[in-house]
Amino acid sequence: MHPSLTHYIGLSVILFCIGIVGVLVRRNAIVIFMSIELMLNAANLAFVAFSTHLGDTSGQIFVFFVMAVAAAEVAIGLAILVNVFNIRRSIHVDEIDSMKG
Amino acid sequence: MFGAILWFAFPINKPGDTLLQNALFFVLGGVVVISALCVIYFRNPIYSALALVTALFAVAGLFIILEAYFVAAVQVIVYAGAIMVLFLFVIMLLNLGDEESLEDRLSWAKRVAVVIASLFFAEVFYITIKLVGSVNAPKVTSGQPVGDPKTIGELLFTKFLLPFEVASLILLAALIGVITLVHRRSDERSHTSSDT
Amino acid sequence: MTTEDMVKTSARSKTEDMLNEYIPILILTITAALFAAINLVLSHLLGPRKSSRSKLSVYESGMKPRGDARHRFSIKFYLIAMVFIIFDIEVVFLYPWALIFRQYVAAGPFILIEMLVFIGILVLGYIYVWKKGGLTWD
Repeated sequence: MHPSLTHYIGLSVILFCIGIVGVLVRRNAIVIFMSIELMLNAANLAFVAFSTHLGDTSGQIFVFFVMAVAAAEVAIGLAILVNVFNIRRSIHVDEIDSMKG
Repeated sequence: MFGAILWFAFPINKPGDTLLQNALFFVLGGVVVISALCVIYFRNPIYSALALVTALFAVAGLFIILEAYFVAAVQVIVYAGAIMVLFLFVIMLLNLGDEESLEDRLSWAKRVAVVIASLFFAEVFYITIKLVGSVNAPKVTSGQPVGDPKTIGELLFTKFLLPFEVASLILLAALIGVITLVHRRSDERSHTSSDT
Repeated sequence: MTTEDMVKTSARSKTEDMLNEYIPILILTITAALFAAINLVLSHLLGPRKSSRSKLSVYESGMKPRGDARHRFSIKFYLIAMVFIIFDIEVVFLYPWALIFRQYVAAGPFILIEMLVFIGILVLGYIYVWKKGGLTWD
């Protein structure tokens, strides 16, 4: 591949760190979910980059499993979110604190 | 950060480089980074969702440059299609406007977050530049191309059979979970029938 | 030039050919984006802008707009979208299976059983959703 493996992994690291900042900084639960999707995509990008460079298809199969898990996670997470919104009328993660000890 | 930009701006050109692949990589990489920043920057979650669609499409484009055509197609169908529809549904369902500003209460948390993230970034970036360069193994050119759906199928149904079946269990759990979480609640609401 | 090098270069030119097949798509994408952008900019620059009260009002088939444009819709949409995603993923796994099915089924029905287990587990979920009434609208 012509852009080297390092380029792809570097891009993947940048994307992952943007996701981390999103999770830590944003307080809107939906946007936090989106940031998690960004991080999963960074991982997928690294998987595919390694897969192509090493000539091993296994990496691309992991991507499918990541996608399956992501779909399940998003569906369940958003369902929980809808319920939380209906109880608390808010999806700010700082306001969801009734289980604090 | 500046080092990263410089490093990306001056790629190491090898004799066999094609201009197209390099140009595409930097254009798509730029789109990914900018739209990802937009996801976490925009106040309105709908704008964030649209920026996320752009990022997912650009990642699909990167998969195409990496010759993983099937993965790219699946990325567009599953992520950019289905999961984004789900996000938009939830945003519409909750009907959120702009999120109110929580700047003052969170300023210290934001600073800590940025510090932690940049530490992590520096660490992983250093390792990437230091080590990955030496991993550049020669491409194995045996028979079928790497990203071929047929190759994927053969591996999926032999070596990765157990994870494949477990994936169906995860999807089953998700189905049951959503029905339990969402449907019960809508039953209760139909008894009270408060909103139209 | 060793044979290994030759294999490498032939593989490289092959992948480059495959990438070159995407150039028309790239050109189409750029053309479409440019067309949309140019039209938007031109109509913004050239079009006269005289706004009046009735022009600025929300178009609602000539009726006077009432109520809020953003109002919540039913949770049923979400339920259907969710079930759709799960079966979308299932189809993704079906496609590579279909490609290798003919080749593998000659050696025995194992590949068929593999997929039947996978689909069977998901059909269980489907029946559960159905019994719970997740697919009925009212």
